Amino acid sequence: MTETITATSGSHSEVEPGHPPTATGLSNEKVGMWAFLGSECLLFGALISTYLLFKGQSKPGTIVPKDVFDIPYTSVSSFVLLMSSLTMVLALAAIQRGDHRRTRVWILTTALLGASFVAGQCYEFTTFVREGMNLRVNLFGSSFFVLTGFHGAHVTIGVLMLLSLYSMSLRGKLPESKAETVELVGLYWHFVDIVWIVIFTLVYLIP
Amino acid sequence: MTDAAATTHEPGPVVKPSPAEGGTHHDHPSELEYVKIAAILAFITAAEVTVYYVKALKGVLAPILIVFSLIKFTMVVLWFMHLRFDSRLFRRLFVTGLGLATFVFTAVLTTFHVWTR
Amino acid sequence: MAIVTPSRPEALAPADRLDTPTRFLRRPTGYTKGLWGWLTTVDHKKIGLMYMGTAFIFFMIGGFEALLLRIQLGSPDNTFLRADTYNQVFTMHGTTMIFLVIMPLSAGLANYLLPIMIGARDVAFPRLNAAGYWIFLVGGLFMYSSFLLGGAPNGGWFGYVPLSRNMPGHNIDYWVFGLQILGIASLTGAVNLIVTVINMRAPGMSLMRMPIFVWMSLVAQFLLLFAIPVITVALFLLNFDRLFSTNFFNVAAGSDPLLWQHLFWLFGHPEVYILILPAMGIVSEVLPVFTRKPLFGYQVMVFSGIAIGFMGWGVWAHHMFATGLGPVAVSAFSASTMFIAVPTGVKIFNWIATMWKGKITFSTPFLFAVGFVAMFTIGGLSGVTHGVVPADTQQTDTYYIVAHFHYVLFGGSMFGLFSGAYYWWPKFTGRLLNDRIGKVHFWLMLIGFNMTFGPFHILGLQGMPRRIYTYPAGRGWDVWNMVSTIGSFVIAASVLTFIYNIYKSRNSPLVGDDPWDARTLEWTVPSPPPEYNFKEIPLITSRDELWHRKYTEDEHGRAVRRELPEAQPVMAGTEVEPSGEAHEGPDLLGADVGHGGEGAEEHEPHIHMPSPSYWPLMVALGLPIICYGMIYKVWAVAIIGGIWTMSSIYAWALEPATAPEDTPVHGPDTAGHDVEAVPAS
Repeated sequence: MTETITATSGSHSEVEPGHPPTATGLSNEKVGMWAFLGSECLLFGALISTYLLFKGQSKPGTIVPKDVFDIPYTSVSSFVLLMSSLTMVLALAAIQRGDHRRTRVWILTTALLGASFVAGQCYEFTTFVREGMNLRVNLFGSSFFVLTGFHGAHVTIGVLMLLSLYSMSLRGKLPESKAETVELVGLYWHFVDIVWIVIFTLVYLIP
Repeated sequence: MTDAAATTHEPGPVVKPSPAEGGTHHDHPSELEYVKIAAILAFITAAEVTVYYVKALKGVLAPILIVFSLIKFTMVVLWFMHLRFDSRLFRRLFVTGLGLATFVFTAVLTTFHVWTR
Repeated sequence: MAIVTPSRPEALAPADRLDTPTRFLRRPTGYTKGLWGWLTTVDHKKIGLMYMGTAFIFFMIGGFEALLLRIQLGSPDNTFLRADTYNQVFTMHGTTMIFLVIMPLSAGLANYLLPIMIGARDVAFPRLNAAGYWIFLVGGLFMYSSFLLGGAPNGGWFGYVPLSRNMPGHNIDYWVFGLQILGIASLTGAVNLIVTVINMRAPGMSLMRMPIFVWMSLVAQFLLLFAIPVITVALFLLNFDRLFSTNFFNVAAGSDPLLWQHLFWLFGHPEVYILILPAMGIVSEVLPVFTRKPLFGYQVMVFSGIAIGFMGWGVWAHHMFATGLGPVAVSAFSASTMFIAVPTGVKIFNWIATMWKGKITFSTPFLFAVGFVAMFTIGGLSGVTHGVVPADTQQTDTYYIVAHFHYVLFGGSMFGLFSGAYYWWPKFTGRLLNDRIGKVHFWLMLIGFNMTFGPFHILGLQGMPRRIYTYPAGRGWDVWNMVSTIGSFVIAASVLTFIYNIYKSRNSPLVGDDPWDARTLEWTVPSPPPEYNFKEIPLITSRDELWHRKYTEDEHGRAVRRELPEAQPVMAGTEVEPSGEAHEGPDLLGADVGHGGEGAEEHEPHIHMPSPSYWPLMVALGLPIICYGMIYKVWAVAIIGGIWTMSSIYAWALEPATAPEDTPVHGPDTAGHDVEAVPAS
């Protein structure tokens, strides 16, 4: 995944022999990822504030959060996602040490935890739909599903990236020198986690 | 032109390895420290859910929950995302986006009188 | 672009030999020529040229749309265009000029120049750069395909709800999906250029030594980085309302149409600074060269550009003064709007101070730059009047507003871009555009522009509303509308003059590296530059590096030409040719190819460049397929498009940046030099 531009940039945090260094000494990909995450704040900010705008404004008699939310259930899936951040950072520590077996274990665990989060959300949403809440029914339905749907899509993309890393590592294509690739996927993954921290509080917990 | 076989010598700046680079990270958390942070995060999550159910705290529920989630948010960003130890540039890039989002969307919601309805 | 032809034919990469039928499926290499070479290029210069060329074609289309509008409005009660046709033409005129003309022209120019101006060989992510162009192209074509598929977008370039939500037909859907595609191109381009400027500056090129054009483009890219996600969300919400009947803008369900306006203008206001800052950067480059003085107040210019970028996030609701926000909100935004006039005004004064007592050459680029300063000032003044809320309540939704934004976007951005076109044309092509014809172009355009848009101030204050397809006679609007229509044809004549100039100049004499005796690094490399830009990465010791290499100051502070380059502390091999000397070179867009192995004493350095790739194009092609599938709700098609794009992304990610065939071949040639397989696409 790391685009190695030989003459134009130092694409790894560590300056490799033959790689001209960058003006800041930092890798292009890492600067790019942080810039991208900065822009994602605006994306989720817009979705979250749309939700907050519509909070409590749905027409009376239509479905509201307390009709459908199952806080214990969602707490468990929040916990799962939170722990996946831990396993992600352990995976990074492992590859930086050169321990490829451990790296794979932690990457796969992260992917599985992320996948369970998404699966949990799918189950949660189908339950909501069965209870009469869908995209169309009112402001709450539209804003809830679109906000959490966007987040879930981001998690899914993260899981796909993690599985790709796993496969690359199996085939020997993820050596220690490419630890930064794991770091970048990790940054994305943690970002998706912190967005959920905000969503869980603002959407589920705050009345 | 002499020395034809050599690759073009492109003088670079003095590369100061930042703490995040290279094999030896002196201020890089250990695995145990990561687990401790995760434990704190789990504990705060449990606290959030507990507070949610305590009826006596209903009036101050929102502020407490917001504080809790801010703590979790910050801890993940600073330690798991390594922002505490990395170059200031990354912090600036992220904080600019975060700050801008907070500012403009708070302003938008204010014009809709969301806080006072 | 002409390709290196190595001295030994057998050095041709196997993938490129004509006897392999599957050569198109193999990865293109540095040897790939012709159309396939352009389709797969990752060279920022070629990508920049494609951006600018495509944008210019869209400019002519958008201009043609403008002529249609002006014909319809030239006289009262006209029946040249029906109302619904008018709606499509005026929506597409605005959407085209903003998203398909000014933005890609600025992006293309930045793409071409930024790496060279900072002393780099390419952008940070060359393939991503290519993808940005192809995504832009398919996005524009996709949006225009709507004309043939039921009708073009017709809700205005701003798409206000609930009209755009409830508009029957697919017109709006093309608008929404088209802008989403274009947004991807802008966002990826922003990440690319930001990383490039931060990370790939040559040694000694500190931020405060960078050319102003680099600074202004950088601020614009940051604005894009943070603004595009907001309109992305707005467009998704509108899209879901239309496709899946969600309730985001459904008033019956309790929604507020102002949500759209806030989201749109949160993007839209930074957007106007995205449109103007690069052009301001161009003016800041051109004026010093043709007045032979450094830019007045470099640091202040940088900081006001940054200030404009920051403050631009605090003014968006000035587009909504008449929507009932309430006195508190409206006063706050009025104040912030007044404040933002300050850094803008500072720039105007600094440009004037730059010209003051300068040794002026009234070249075409200079004329357009001065035109910018004058026209933008007029547009800025009307803008300040909009910031006064009671006045704006009268002005809003009238032609007075239309006057304002055309003065800043055409009189401002387009004049700045034309200045840049004339200025950098010799660098791109090796030949100057004809200056006499250029002056005809300038004066025709200046006169035509003022004839067209000047009267809009009057019409607006006389009460003529905007966004109407006709108006009744007897309101006193007839004369100025006719004047404006005539003026629009004068503009058309000026654009034809420009095209004629390009044609007439195609065989003009080749010029050297530095025909204007300029100040910045792009004038230290050949015209046009070789694929790798610099033989050796330069070492920068000051702002206006080239100027300081050429000139020192005498005891009166006057510039004095230095002695020959050997006395200079510059990298060996840096070409400093006396300007004006014809540079032995290739055709109009040819690369300055190396002559490795042909017995030259100086041969090409051993420079690796990233290899071409067709995956960026492949990724782009999947996007409209997804969109067509979704518009017509043929989900299989959308899924196929999604799979196409996703697999192309995977293939791209797994492809190394340098193709194996491009790894240089070692070994002596007949003259005993190392053979250079310098890939040039």
